[in-house]
Amino acid sequence: MIDIPIGDWVEQAVQWLSANASGFFNGITAGIDFLVEGLQSILMYPNDYLTIVLLALIAYLMSSKGYKFFTRSAWKKGWGITVFTILGLLLLKLMGYWEETVSTIALILVSALIALVIGIPLGVWASRNDALDQIIRPVLDFMQTLPPFVYLIPAIIFFSVGNVPGVVATIIFSLPPAVRLTNLGIRNVQQDVVEASKAFGATKRQLLFKVQIPLAKSTIMQGVNQVIMLALSMVVIASMVGAGGLGQAVYKGILKADMALGFEAGLGIVILAIFLDRVTQTLGVSRKQIRDED
Amino acid sequence: MSKIQVEDLSVIFGRRTKEAQELQKAGRSKVEILNQTGCTVGVSKASMDIQEGEVFVVMGLSGSGKSTLLRCFNRLIEPTDGTVKVDGNDILQINEHALREFRRTKMTMVFQHFGLLPHRTVSSNVAFGLEIQGVDEDTRLKKAYEVIKTVGLEGYEEKMTGQLSGGMQQRVGLARALATDPEILLMDEAFSALDPLIRTQMQEELLQLQEKVHKTILFITHDLDEALKLGDRIAIMKDGLIVQTGTPEEILTNPADDYVRAFVENVDRGGIVTAGSVMFKNPNAVRIKQDGPRAALRKMSKGGVTSMPVVGENGTFIGFVKDTDMKEMEDKGLRDIEQYMYTKEQVTAVKADTPVADLLPLFLDTDLNLAVVDDDRKLVGVVVHSSVIAEMIGKERSEVKQIRDEGGIDL
Repeated sequence: MIDIPIGDWVEQAVQWLSANASGFFNGITAGIDFLVEGLQSILMYPNDYLTIVLLALIAYLMSSKGYKFFTRSAWKKGWGITVFTILGLLLLKLMGYWEETVSTIALILVSALIALVIGIPLGVWASRNDALDQIIRPVLDFMQTLPPFVYLIPAIIFFSVGNVPGVVATIIFSLPPAVRLTNLGIRNVQQDVVEASKAFGATKRQLLFKVQIPLAKSTIMQGVNQVIMLALSMVVIASMVGAGGLGQAVYKGILKADMALGFEAGLGIVILAIFLDRVTQTLGVSRKQIRDED
Repeated sequence: MSKIQVEDLSVIFGRRTKEAQELQKAGRSKVEILNQTGCTVGVSKASMDIQEGEVFVVMGLSGSGKSTLLRCFNRLIEPTDGTVKVDGNDILQINEHALREFRRTKMTMVFQHFGLLPHRTVSSNVAFGLEIQGVDEDTRLKKAYEVIKTVGLEGYEEKMTGQLSGGMQQRVGLARALATDPEILLMDEAFSALDPLIRTQMQEELLQLQEKVHKTILFITHDLDEALKLGDRIAIMKDGLIVQTGTPEEILTNPADDYVRAFVENVDRGGIVTAGSVMFKNPNAVRIKQDGPRAALRKMSKGGVTSMPVVGENGTFIGFVKDTDMKEMEDKGLRDIEQYMYTKEQVTAVKADTPVADLLPLFLDTDLNLAVVDDDRKLVGVVVHSSVIAEMIGKERSEVKQIRDEGGIDL
């Protein structure tokens, strides 16, 4: 019987890479570590309660976007998530999970940021190149359907254990919606408008930045929201390779069959999920669409 | 002066365009080419000559290739074959950079569904063309405000385009196209998405605007009434072919084939067809000094008419005489027909370009024909009642016979 050793080939490739490109991987490790730790220490720098208030303020401003700030209708729209943020984060602080919470926020934001920096330009490129689009589609499907545990193995080999392999696995898992929705958004821009811009002599760059991206913005921002939510969904899995934060607490809970620990940390993840989702949901709303005070 | 010259322009969509072109040269039809090569012929060997400052309308039903043809002028669609010369330069040969310059400065476009940027204000949309050219913000907004005033949208400069009605949005589209001071305007079914009332209004305003700006306008429409109203000249397209090019009147009075004839059948012709095309040209006339009653009578009976125009020296129109009066004169032995001639008060003369609709009222209270004169008051033709009626109802003789057979009462 023929035995096709795909597994062996992949392993050899991974080993060859880890042996020959270690400088490259070390560079990435240093970069990611710097970002995660930097963001973490920024969030930990002020008084914890002040940070909570600031995060609640961000939640308020983002959720009431589209209205003039600090008006009655803005408050009507945004009070729920604002109060929720204060109470939720306060609960986490008082349960003694503040450091884990901050660390999880940092991990998610860094992963999502890198995923977006890679994903959005890739989506733009795919939107103007049908061949690339055809190639990239199955790759994205593959990235999303391959169980994320599988990325962890090469991640450990390349980046050893800690936050970095977790971030890398998270980036791979959360990247696809950024590419897909950017591509979709740009392709769905009304053909009339694109044609008009060309007819007035717009260059490709002008077309992209003055027309396509602004008009695709709400779709692209949906992608941003999804990337962040997918990154959040990876926190527990990433903790298996040593990433810190609430995910690690959950993982410890699982290992020790510690219901109390697992539940508290899990609750923390839910609170963060709601906070991040609501804050990023309105990213696509344009500032110009400010409605009149009623 | 000819502004745009199009020669043998063809657009073929599909992969096997070479083969399709061969078949096209061999004179095969659109359907045959589609079946054999899978290629769609959008435009087939179109040629036209557009004069500077004229409104040239291309009319055809959907799928006739008119919008494709229009897009070849600024190369939003690349033609497969042919030339499009603007001021003598073939724009199909210029490189990308020159094409961009051309689109920015020489030729702009107005779209059926407006193609405005919904995330920008009216003034910012209007200034878009200048923005693309890198004109600084103050200058371009100043220009935008000026043009917005021209199209009658004063006061809406800082509104978002989504807040405007269709008619207003198209004014923004028109203003945007005018803001770069192009020489040529391409208008792709520009008024087709508007309500009938607004459409009529926009057509009139476009004509008024054209009086002021004198652009060369290439207008695409599927509406014959619109074509007749706006066009100095009209090209009618069918299946990618231009079947007829001519002035509105030429098209109405002399349709090139059954397709065009079917089109023009139900048009309100009265406002377009003129006296010049329904008159009898170079009619026989009575000469005032030379001809007496007897000569006049002879001319009338020879021509089978009961009245005849009278001309002076140099052929100037003076009046009409009737056969009954001439007979009376002859009986009485009178000689000078001037005494029995109908002149100024009773007769009317019109110019050849008077629309037929304006002739009808002139037949009230008289059984005399109308004289058609040129600028020097020379007689050039005679319009009789029946021609005007025939033109106004726009029916063929056979159709009239049918109506008589069905609706008439046998006597």
